[in-house]
Amino acid sequence: MCLAIPGKIVEFVPGQTQLGTVEVTGVRRKVDLGLLQDDMPMIGDWVLIHVGFAMTKISEQDAMEQMHLLHMLGETEQAIEEVRGYGLEERGEHMNGSPRLS
Amino acid sequence: MRYVDEFRDPELITRASEEIYRLADPARHYRIMEVCGGHTHAIYRFGLKDVLPSNIELIHGPGCPVCVLPMGRIDDGLAVARNANVIFAAFGDMMRVPGAHGSPLEHKARGTDVRIVYSPADALQIARRNRDRHVMFFAIGFETTAPSTALTLMRAKAEGIANFSVFCNHVTIIPAIRAILDSPDMRLDAFIGPGHVSTVIGCRPYEWIARNEGKPVVTSGFEPLDLLQSIVMLLRQLQAGEARVENQYKRVVPWEGNRAALKAMAEVFQLRPYFEWRGLGFISQSALKIRDEYAEWDAEQRFPIPGTRVTDPKAAQCGEVLKGVLKPAQCKLFGNECTPEHPIGALMVSSEGSCAAYYNYEHRKAVAMVTSISSVA
Ligand code: SF4
Repeated sequence: MCLAIPGKIVEFVPGQTQLGTVEVTGVRRKVDLGLLQDDMPMIGDWVLIHVGFAMTKISEQDAMEQMHLLHMLGETEQAIEEVRGYGLEERGEHMNGSPRLS
Repeated sequence: MRYVDEFRDPELITRASEEIYRLADPARHYRIMEVCGGHTHAIYRFGLKDVLPSNIELIHGPGCPVCVLPMGRIDDGLAVARNANVIFAAFGDMMRVPGAHGSPLEHKARGTDVRIVYSPADALQIARRNRDRHVMFFAIGFETTAPSTALTLMRAKAEGIANFSVFCNHVTIIPAIRAILDSPDMRLDAFIGPGHVSTVIGCRPYEWIARNEGKPVVTSGFEPLDLLQSIVMLLRQLQAGEARVENQYKRVVPWEGNRAALKAMAEVFQLRPYFEWRGLGFISQSALKIRDEYAEWDAEQRFPIPGTRVTDPKAAQCGEVLKGVLKPAQCKLFGNECTPEHPIGALMVSSEGSCAAYYNYEHRKAVAMVTSISSVA
């Protein structure tokens, strides 16, 4: 849980200014942008996500490198599973998936 | 150096490694602590030891959040979970961590409502959707995670969500480093500073380590090249007899940290007078407590907490390993009673725990080698 996941901001959530939709290798989920309120990202910006919160803005190149790092550490699947598991979506009960037992 | 080819920039890795060989004084033995568990994982995964001279010893620090949590806290959290109507929500990393009466996962098997969440915001969402139940989020983590818990509590308060609380086990990294430096059996030359914790707290909080203790600190990224460059930067300082804080991970870590995150933490949390760390004992002002303004969402104020204290099994040497005094394989239980499949201590559960990292990479590698040698013979 220590390594952050890179995601691209693709959408803001209407009426919920603190939320943004990010895309991580094709998976789209809502994340909380509250920790970036001094320097809000724009659509197309890349951020590092940790436990469902965008922590810091990064460049696209750094995002690619971070993805590569997760791959090298064998954590890509866990990262995608984590993003899939974020439970802020409107529909359906929280999908747990299998536990992340890193 | 058989790992080098796997790296993205084998040439740069080789160059960094050569520079380390050049800088390291053969007459000296260097003990460099990587504070963060993510670094420990990366160091083992990439086999970085193989590209370092033998007189550079990397000591694994206390920066694995599940590892430093005393067992009693898990039992206390699970005691709340046994109240009728309570949903216990925690990160997946917590699920297999043993308490005195079993792990959260074992409690789930016995009927406690235990849910895995990937974010504190998810726990709050479960509370929004289950107004007739009480959701308690079992919060762990250093300053990387604490701001997210803080924001979640601020959202709960703003929305007036009454069926939600946090059992707060957030800890802060600086007092742990201080405790290690104060510990008489520890001699360290320099620190590889945490990466993601520093995105929140910045680099200034490490300055006393350089100024008062005379030890260089370099906050580092997680790539093999990042870690090697950080070691180069540390050795350059040591060679010049300097001690400064440097930032190798500038592309992610701002020197001043994240103001919004620090503000959220200050709004919701205050320092506890002291907190127990597994292996390090009680450390003053080393953990966060929920402020009275948020008492309604503080599980420790809402529920009776037994205050369980459990002594670790005698033969388990988690404390010494956590402090870096012993290497994982020097624990008597390592690889015998204690394995990732049957963990005795939390260091064997989390991928950031040095016992699990060592077991998964070094131990399995050694066992495979012995097997292949004996099959050749
Ligand atoms: S091998 Fe197990 S018991 Fe020994 S220090 Fe590691 S986690 Fe603790």
